[in-house]
Amino acid sequence: MKNKVKRREFIKILGAGTVGAAAGVSLVNAFPASKVDSAKFLHVNSQEEVSPTYCEVCFWKCAGWVHKKDGKPWKITGNAHDLNSQGRFCPRGTGGIGMYTDPDRLKTPLIRVEKNGKQVFRKASWDEALDLVAERMQSISKKWGPECVALFTHGSGGTYFKNLLRGFGSNNIAAPSYAQCRGPRAEAYLLTYGEGVGSPERTDIKNAKCLVLIGSHIGENMHNGQVQEFTEMVANGGTVITVDPRFSTAASKSKYWLPIKPATDIALLLAWINVIIEEELYDKKYVEQYTYGFEALKESVKKNTPEWAYPLTTIKPHIIRQTAREMAKAAPSVIIHPGRHVTWYGDDTQRVRAGAILNALLGSWGRRGGFYAPAKAHIKKYPHPKYPKPKKNWKDAFPDQFPLANLALSSGICDATIPTPDKECSFKGWIIYGTNLIQTLPQPEKTLKALQNLELVVAIDTMPAEITGWADVVLPECTYLERYDDLRISQGRQPSVALRAPAFKPKNETKPAYWIAQKLAEKLGLEKYFPAKTIEEYLDYRLKSIGSSLEEMRKVGVKNLAPEQDLYFLDGEEYEFSTPTGKIELYSTTLEESGFDPIPKFTKHEEPPDGFYRLLYGRAPMHTFGRTTNNQILNDLMNENEVWINPKVAKEWDISNGEYLSLENQDGKISNKIKAKVTERIRHDCVFMVHGFGHDRKQMRRNYLRGADDQKLISKVKLDPIMGGTGMRVNFVTFRKEAV
Amino acid sequence: MHEITITSGRMNHGIDPVLHAWGWEIPVYLFLGGLAAGLLFFSAYFYLKGKDKTFITAVKTAPMFVPLLLAIGLGALFLDLSHKLYFWRLYTTIRLESPMSWGAWTLLLIFPLSIFWSATFLKDVFPRWECKIPMLGRFIEWLKEQRTWMAYGLIILSAVLGMYTGILLSAFNARPFWNTSILGPLFLISGFSTGAAFILLMSKDAEERRMFSRIDMVLIAIELFLIVHLFMGFLASTEVHIEAAHLFLGGPYTAVFWTLVAGLGLIVPLLAELMELRGLHVPVQIPALLVLLGGLILRFIVVDAGQSSRWLYKFMQ
Amino acid sequence: MARYAMAIDTKRCVGCSDCVAACQTENNVPVGFCRDWIVEEMHGQYPTLDLEIRSERCNHCADSPCVRSCPTGASHYEEGGFVLVTAEECIGCKACIVSCPYDARYVHPEGYVDKCTFCIHRVKEGQDPACVSVCPTHAFIFGDLEDTNSEISKVLRSRKNKTLIPEAGTKPHIFYLI
Repeated sequence: MKNKVKRREFIKILGAGTVGAAAGVSLVNAFPASKVDSAKFLHVNSQEEVSPTYCEVCFWKCAGWVHKKDGKPWKITGNAHDLNSQGRFCPRGTGGIGMYTDPDRLKTPLIRVEKNGKQVFRKASWDEALDLVAERMQSISKKWGPECVALFTHGSGGTYFKNLLRGFGSNNIAAPSYAQCRGPRAEAYLLTYGEGVGSPERTDIKNAKCLVLIGSHIGENMHNGQVQEFTEMVANGGTVITVDPRFSTAASKSKYWLPIKPATDIALLLAWINVIIEEELYDKKYVEQYTYGFEALKESVKKNTPEWAYPLTTIKPHIIRQTAREMAKAAPSVIIHPGRHVTWYGDDTQRVRAGAILNALLGSWGRRGGFYAPAKAHIKKYPHPKYPKPKKNWKDAFPDQFPLANLALSSGICDATIPTPDKECSFKGWIIYGTNLIQTLPQPEKTLKALQNLELVVAIDTMPAEITGWADVVLPECTYLERYDDLRISQGRQPSVALRAPAFKPKNETKPAYWIAQKLAEKLGLEKYFPAKTIEEYLDYRLKSIGSSLEEMRKVGVKNLAPEQDLYFLDGEEYEFSTPTGKIELYSTTLEESGFDPIPKFTKHEEPPDGFYRLLYGRAPMHTFGRTTNNQILNDLMNENEVWINPKVAKEWDISNGEYLSLENQDGKISNKIKAKVTERIRHDCVFMVHGFGHDRKQMRRNYLRGADDQKLISKVKLDPIMGGTGMRVNFVTFRKEAV
Repeated sequence: MHEITITSGRMNHGIDPVLHAWGWEIPVYLFLGGLAAGLLFFSAYFYLKGKDKTFITAVKTAPMFVPLLLAIGLGALFLDLSHKLYFWRLYTTIRLESPMSWGAWTLLLIFPLSIFWSATFLKDVFPRWECKIPMLGRFIEWLKEQRTWMAYGLIILSAVLGMYTGILLSAFNARPFWNTSILGPLFLISGFSTGAAFILLMSKDAEERRMFSRIDMVLIAIELFLIVHLFMGFLASTEVHIEAAHLFLGGPYTAVFWTLVAGLGLIVPLLAELMELRGLHVPVQIPALLVLLGGLILRFIVVDAGQSSRWLYKFMQ
Repeated sequence: MARYAMAIDTKRCVGCSDCVAACQTENNVPVGFCRDWIVEEMHGQYPTLDLEIRSERCNHCADSPCVRSCPTGASHYEEGGFVLVTAEECIGCKACIVSCPYDARYVHPEGYVDKCTFCIHRVKEGQDPACVSVCPTHAFIFGDLEDTNSEISKVLRSRKNKTLIPEAGTKPHIFYLI
């Protein structure tokens, strides 16, 4: 073991096995190609014109370089010292230049006006547009209070609008990534371990001997570092157990593929827990030292035998036992992956918790090959005055509901915008930054209804996404390749900082988020919340606090800092978890208090009626939701989605491979036409499609009407009562051939 | 089940979803090249046989069309080139392994030769034509003296040209349907057969017509034999070749090939000419036109089918 | 003399298409065209399935039908085993395109025939081709087969591997580790 650092003591030694670790100083000066074998990277240290960036095509935020050739945009490559990417970008990052070159980008501010009885957008100057926004924000504030303006945000630039809104007096700031994606995971791990899983996840996959994926299609979700560790682990002969109704890429790399009947995962997890306990395969010492409620758990899962789970899950008992033993054999280097997009059936917090419990039984939390303790970087914030205290927030609209939601629910804000007889509408203004709510939120009709009840809708985006068509004011942001943004502070195995500097001048009249927020703040009289005159000054201030500077970061792009604590528990180390009992709560006292099952239980979910199939959706490695489908490089790689249909089902419906058809859901919602992929790679009781296609705005010429939008078929959701997540895999579809 | 898919969206123009590098230009060129080869062969052959007085159409009139046919064919070929300005590169090198290079050089020889050859018959075909340029007149007179040598040259070059139109395709191992040595002789015979049909169509002389009717019948018979042989060869070969044959034996080309090429282009003219020989009167233009049309369609189908027969991704739709 | 080749680990490859995107930007491949691509080949019947994922491209064959069929010599071998096209010698007759059993070539919008170059401009500088060096799963190994100590020589000795349609007789030099 190179790593002999004690936990939580600052020792200036670097973590093992990273590229940056080659240089043995407390701060690693990551000059490109100075210490690394440049032959192995796409980036070459040459005379080319490069500038540092970190990627904005997804939330992984890999750091890299933007290259120009003869002054023209050329390519984007990974920064060899970047720990998120290990110097290798994923296809989306590599194709990021297409975001900049996209001819369909928003070009100027737009204002909704009435012309001959028709509403149209009119080009406006920045001053005009921002004046209008400020005026309406102030009018809402006067009439209803500043809390009635909400912000939806996704992406780096959101920080500045969050700052603006807090200064304005509202904390109704929601990211669809919570209620529509990973909220249940955050709460489940918080309830169990007192800490979240983080992003990038703290899973020590590269050192794991066994990895259990439940619906997680690593490789199709191209979360760069994670995919890299996954393939490393597979190449090293690690055991992967994939639970998925679909033979995903990950399943094809797995020793075990468990084609589970959808919506029965909890049954499988409980059966695994049952086997681990009954066969005494759990880590006894670990369980005794670190966990709370083992006996109650044992009692609770007694009946959840593999034989009990078999008819529910269709996974044979001997396979359930065999896979449970595989996990135990690998323990503690085993990970039941917490997943990322986990809002499926409405009992998602409980499902994720079942996995968290399994991890605890196997002793993988805090252990090599399990979950490591993420490093923290301490970088000063630019000081600004205190925010005013809001008098109300979105939760007031839902008394007694979602007691454990720690973040604002975007779907909740949406609901609270639609007036109902019993409650008055709470929201009058929406500021929407970088998220296409029409495709992001389930039940798009609800979103449209909410939009009708607003006095102000502002959309800040780079592309004319669907949501911009509903805005009163559209503010064109420049792409991440044309702007500075706040520092990327990663908390992986080693803390690191990355800089995004503009590689190109903003195209047309687009502006960076920082500039937009600051200008708007000025118009609202809130400039004190943006005390730094320029973003350069702001960044330089922060960087100086770690002994660097903007100038240096422009040269190196990434700086890896010394880790301040050990990655794993020391043998027998005392540890106080941030839960009420100070232990890993197999039995959750918080859930008990709030009236929920303290130990996960299996409940049956509704099954598709005859002739209907459960709609599953997921990711493709070359796209990030709908945001990239108009990018010419990425569109070239995949320009429409397909619906996966089992051959037996296809035969029944006389559907041939490659044929276009429409899907109709249980509520009569009909999708755009979509190509059939008839394949053995999926069960007979469900269909699958990649999310993010089926755009219906002509302004986006490449993705217009290509493929189908899953969200249009998600007219029903099942709310997670614990934290308000919207379970979206509860919709059933059938085929319509004549609609094409 | 065997599922195979390209998942990175490859859609290279002319390559995907099915190879279509060559459009109408190549089959037209191959047809005209074969026809020209046939006409030159018959002209030279019957000239050497001393039939220049009896088979006037074959020896003297038909060759007049050859430079035009070749020019159109070469024009089509030129249209097919996608980097046209560099076409002269063909003549900066001789590449023996490349049928295309071969063809280019053959054409460079046969095209002027066909002009010279037909020039020597100008006076016979157009008695009232006078050469206004004395130099040219003297040159034509000189050429006339070289007819025998030219005829021998033409026989060789026309055989090469006729064979080449097939070999061009059969040299492509990558396209299983083309990858048979039968294609050379098949296109040679088919080219000569269209040549015979062309002469039949123009000839006013009964004896000449009878002669070419017979020649055509023999050629058609050989052609039919070669076609049967072609498929037998494929069916006795490797998987990809068997699959290539199945394009025509139940696959997408079945109907068009067996009705238009084998039926109307070969069997019907053969029967018509047989009936004619038996004394039943069939206007000679019909079988001749059918043969010409059949020859053209044959080349279209072969060029097309070859491009859709492949080694890889066979299970893709 | 070097003989460059590529080994691609089908066990690592997740088919993300990064190699395609990186080739696109590195080499300015025109929109709508690609020099490399991903193939997923699946055998079996639910639930017993076997999936192979491959990144494919020109095989830089030692006995290249494209070089043989080229009438002008535009398609040629470069020292090191690269099969290349000299745009200024190409007439666009497309004989090489139909001669390639791997369908690896296409007509560039400017008229000449274009294909994978094994990133010779990078290899000459001692770097790996773009697709190799971008691959997040480290599925590629590029190197010199003549050098028995090179990583590729070693991996081809130690791992089971195959080429695509060797029966087409072109002596392909992309090896798939299976």
